[in-house]
Amino acid sequence: MPHDHHDHLSPSGHPYRPDNDHPLTYWQQMEIAVRELLIEKGVTTAAEISAQIDAMDARSPTDGAKVVARAWTDPAFREALFADASAATREMGFDIGPMRLIALENTAEVHNVVVCTLCSCYPRNLLGLPPDWYKSRAYRARTVKEPRKVLAEFGVDLPDGTTVRVHDSTADMRYVVIPMRPEGTEGLDEEALAALVTRDSMIGTGLAKAP
Amino acid sequence: MGGTAAGPVPDASHDFALWEKRVDALLVIASSEGHFTVDGLRRVLEDMGEEAFETMSYYERWISSVNQNLIEAGVYTTAELATKMTEVAARGPTYGEAASD
Repeated sequence: MPHDHHDHLSPSGHPYRPDNDHPLTYWQQMEIAVRELLIEKGVTTAAEISAQIDAMDARSPTDGAKVVARAWTDPAFREALFADASAATREMGFDIGPMRLIALENTAEVHNVVVCTLCSCYPRNLLGLPPDWYKSRAYRARTVKEPRKVLAEFGVDLPDGTTVRVHDSTADMRYVVIPMRPEGTEGLDEEALAALVTRDSMIGTGLAKAP
Repeated sequence: MGGTAAGPVPDASHDFALWEKRVDALLVIASSEGHFTVDGLRRVLEDMGEEAFETMSYYERWISSVNQNLIEAGVYTTAELATKMTEVAARGPTYGEAASD
């Protein structure tokens, strides 16, 4: 199969990726320099930096999925979440810090989608680090202009009658989408429901999975 | 950026390299210590101009902005940075050699 689109895959079937052993770039040298200066100036310590990386690595969309599943099953929590998502998620152990978190409810009438046109603000306390596409120029530029087309590229084809609302994050405000609960999930418990909640469904570029 | 024409949304993803995670951690720590705000990060990113978005990677733009903000906040001087950059470069061409810890 020499001329097909698998040419860029390795024999193991995975795409070739550059190793991290190329000579350091100017910006990588700057990272080292800034980090060491911050340690020398007493702003932080090597241990604190490691701990921060570990805490970041520990966060993932499964945290957000727990919040969504609870909102689907616990009416009092649902009310609290839409009233003050920062406080409601903090109570579950997902502290967003001083920022304001707003939960957006997707319904049959309204579909919400989140973008950050200026950089990459993202509800990291619930979803971990943003995916590369969320930070891409294409997603940030087009989502505010032609959201239906962008959503279609993600496989989300909405009926013409559905209102699409695009929410542009700010430095002090984060959005999380609460997707619609899929049909046929009446008998499922919170854990089984959480397994249906994808990362993209909480950004608005996807829907919750069918059971 | 918002509203300008652009091609398809790329679907590739990559694991973050250690240096990228460190940039992220430095940003979080330095801003939580009050040395700058997310607005400060964004201001420098926007001042870089559109070309930077084509020629620099995401965390390259970030470390550049973090550095600029820390200098403006007086955490260290441009002279201290220059000395440290020279020192790091002199240690060797790989991440392992250049790491002091």
